[in-house]
Amino acid sequence: MGYRELTGMSDLSPIRELNKLSAAGGNTTRPTREPRNWRPFLLLIPAFIIVSFFFLAPLIDVFIRSITDPSLGIQNYVWLFTTPTNMVVAGRTFGTSFLVTIVCLLIAYPYAYLMTIVSDRTRNMLQLFIMLPLWTSILVRTLAWMVLLQDTGPINGLLESVFGIGPLPLIRSTFGVALGMTQVLLPFMVLPLYSALAKIDKRLLPAAANLGARPVTAFFTVYLPLSRPGIFAGSVTVFILGLGFYIIPALLGSSKEIMMSALMYQQISGFLMWGHGTALGIFMLTTTIVVLALVGRASKGTSLFAGRTK
Amino acid sequence: MTLKRALSALAVLTVLWLLLPTLVIIPMSFNSAASFNFPPQGFSLQWYANFFTDPSWMRALGSSLQVALITMVVATALGIMAAIGLSKVRFRGKSLLENFFLTPLIVPGIVIAIGLYSLFLRFNLLGTLPGFVLAHTVVALPLVIINVTASLQGVDPRLEQASATLGAGRLRTFFSITLPLIMPGVTAGALFAFVTSFDEIILSLFIQSPQLQTLPVKIYNSVTQASDPTVAAVAVVAMFTSVIVMLTAQFATRKRKRVSA
Amino acid sequence: MRPDSIDAAPDIHEQELRQLNLNTQIIGVINDAGISLRAVTKRYGKKAVVDDISLVIEPGEFMTFLGPSGSGKTTTLNMIAGFVSATEGLLHIYGKPVAKLPAHKRDIGMVFQNYALFPHKTVAENIAYPLDRRKISRSEQKTMIAGALQMVRMGEFGDRYPTELSGGQQQRVALARALVYQPRVLLMDEPLGALDKKLREWLQKEIKRIHREVGSTFVYVTHDQEEALSLSDRIAVFNNGRIEQVGSPAELYQRPATLFVGRFLGESTVLSGSRVDSLHGTTTLNISGHDIRVPGEQDSTSLAILIRPENITLHDEGTVTDSTRINSLPVIVLDSSYLGSAWRCEVQLPDGSVGTVREAHSTIVREPGTRAVMRWNVDSGVLLVDTGEAGVSLT
Repeated sequence: MGYRELTGMSDLSPIRELNKLSAAGGNTTRPTREPRNWRPFLLLIPAFIIVSFFFLAPLIDVFIRSITDPSLGIQNYVWLFTTPTNMVVAGRTFGTSFLVTIVCLLIAYPYAYLMTIVSDRTRNMLQLFIMLPLWTSILVRTLAWMVLLQDTGPINGLLESVFGIGPLPLIRSTFGVALGMTQVLLPFMVLPLYSALAKIDKRLLPAAANLGARPVTAFFTVYLPLSRPGIFAGSVTVFILGLGFYIIPALLGSSKEIMMSALMYQQISGFLMWGHGTALGIFMLTTTIVVLALVGRASKGTSLFAGRTK
Repeated sequence: MTLKRALSALAVLTVLWLLLPTLVIIPMSFNSAASFNFPPQGFSLQWYANFFTDPSWMRALGSSLQVALITMVVATALGIMAAIGLSKVRFRGKSLLENFFLTPLIVPGIVIAIGLYSLFLRFNLLGTLPGFVLAHTVVALPLVIINVTASLQGVDPRLEQASATLGAGRLRTFFSITLPLIMPGVTAGALFAFVTSFDEIILSLFIQSPQLQTLPVKIYNSVTQASDPTVAAVAVVAMFTSVIVMLTAQFATRKRKRVSA
Repeated sequence: MRPDSIDAAPDIHEQELRQLNLNTQIIGVINDAGISLRAVTKRYGKKAVVDDISLVIEPGEFMTFLGPSGSGKTTTLNMIAGFVSATEGLLHIYGKPVAKLPAHKRDIGMVFQNYALFPHKTVAENIAYPLDRRKISRSEQKTMIAGALQMVRMGEFGDRYPTELSGGQQQRVALARALVYQPRVLLMDEPLGALDKKLREWLQKEIKRIHREVGSTFVYVTHDQEEALSLSDRIAVFNNGRIEQVGSPAELYQRPATLFVGRFLGESTVLSGSRVDSLHGTTTLNISGHDIRVPGEQDSTSLAILIRPENITLHDEGTVTDSTRINSLPVIVLDSSYLGSAWRCEVQLPDGSVGTVREAHSTIVREPGTRAVMRWNVDSGVLLVDTGEAGVSLT
């Protein structure tokens, strides 16, 4: 069967016996199952339980409340989509998030591109500068903006003394919210964008130039399309993180122009309308998932989690 | 190279815009006037004195440190186990499980927050230490898993096999071979977990109670309710705590790069 | 002094064997063997990577698993080491069943291709690691570590870290670490694969010397046939998850049992043909119209003769006469190169395939394109079943 000759031992008969047995097959040998390969699964259990109970379960709870509070049905979603102010708030939230995404992209692209053409040392420095703000809490940074942007703050003071205008509504306005959010979210655009740009072959641009393309044409026809995965990954991250912002709109925004997260807080904490608040939550979650799914397909291979290490 | 010059100038502006505004909080904290007006008038340490002598601020700082330290320990332990488990198992849908652990990073915090609020209401976990730790662990865990996984990728699986042939069981192999080798990632992950918890605000806002408030919650409440410049001093302390911890994490990853090189 | 960690109760073992209706003789073989594999199979899904292998490795023997990549040799080694469990079959090490014994309780040593030294421990700490596991006192450890380093001629390097050593030095430390606790079995998985030729040859000699000194059972995996020939007491040639042949290097080289073995080990000229007749233990084959004799008889209809290059001589056309003990075939010289010790000629055989001739004492330069006659002693041909596989890549 499986082999021809065994060994150079002087007495071969037991070996032949072995051969015969092995040829006899199944009845003499018991299958031994692959041992212990289930053990690593045990290591996953604690994390799985924690994430299930304190992440998944709360989300399910939100969903269940949205269709049962105060009674079973879709009345909360009907309320959500038929109340004009809700749609205004949703529009404002998406609009702000979208605006922030575009501004982030415009600022981040040249920065990320610069990172790909400088020396390693400079690149590390540029990366450090982009990460530094991540190390300070949003709350502290928002506090700083409050000081700077307030009506009696230094920026309005400067505008007034130099241009004679103002005070402009820098704070308690969508402008303040967008400014704060852009500053906080910029790293989430730069990092995935850089990791995508770093993969693009630098010789492509001169090659396109050799073929007669003007630098601008070469950029738009060659480089920009190749950087699309990074643009998608960065934009989707910034957009969905922006949708859920609560602190910055609450502190820098106007209470008359609230965003969805504030509306949620208002419904639940202020009016005890759990059904409304949770329906809004599910709406936001669904939007997030849809955006992720749509853009995730286009940006395969670029991690949305880039930059969360180091 | 005019393009590079222009880009560099833009980059400098970007960095200034990223970093400088936050720093106004430092002069504000030394303001001798009781207002948030910039520029500050005179120099005084009264807001720091206020912070360090006010029992409610101290209690919030204590709670924050306590929650952050316990969260760090819990998230790191669970994260190491999960990362090692994920590196060893092979089955259909494994990437689904990986994503399951990482999704708390992208799901809007406010949605998790109302869910936890609802859940904690029922189980009387609002404003409790376990409640805070568990909530923060969920958002700190992905960062530990990401960092430990990155470290694990640099560890040759044959080292564990070698250790086994030399007579070491699984636990022994983990503690004397694997753990020392992934220590940089573990350290970075742990520090990330600490800072995540220490700075966490949205979940904390929802699960707080007058009995237990973390520092960010107290800062937020103070900012929205009154205009007390003590907040500036607190913010500076909180900022430096985070930055110092993150610098340590940065140092730990540098070391990781050197070892794997 | 050796801590006996293979501590399965012998009576359970006997009982287990008796259940399998093995006769006492086989039990005897298993008990006396250094390593015994009986009908061992490893399947991943439906694919058998190791397919029904039985093999007895003697205590103290230097056994080499030789074969191309994917032939199952490394999987077999990993089963002995305990990293992979057999799907079927029995595996015994020094008479003890080890199927359910995890790797760390098998008391074997292993050397890996990439050395697998612990990068965060010094050389001495690496070698102390298995001693710590065996609860050996510090003072005793010191002498054992010194002895082990002495054995691999690395006495000066105890305080270095692995990254400060060259590849060859690291591999010697790995050897010392695997041998310091005197395991009865040492497994080596392509240990010299990452080293350059000169270092490899020198380390081969060192490994041979160490094998003589320690007297453990060595199992060595390689795809390098020269390495296998020069190191081993016996070689098991693996192909497609099975063992083609087991034997001493000389046996395998001179009397390959299959065409695969003959081609995998050393150079050879293979002539395919059909049988004319078999008489008095000599078979005559028709090779492109020439009657070629070869000792032995085989049932199969498609047969082949394998001849080693040093057994063939080349002659000018017309200078030779036929004899019953000598075969001759007309060939065309394709290429000839001077090796110092011999001339190596590649010749085109009548059927168009290429043969190799190695002439030690020839002074004649054979120009490519010239016609010649190759001759060899009938007895130096090996009659084999022609399995149809063409050449084997010798990677």
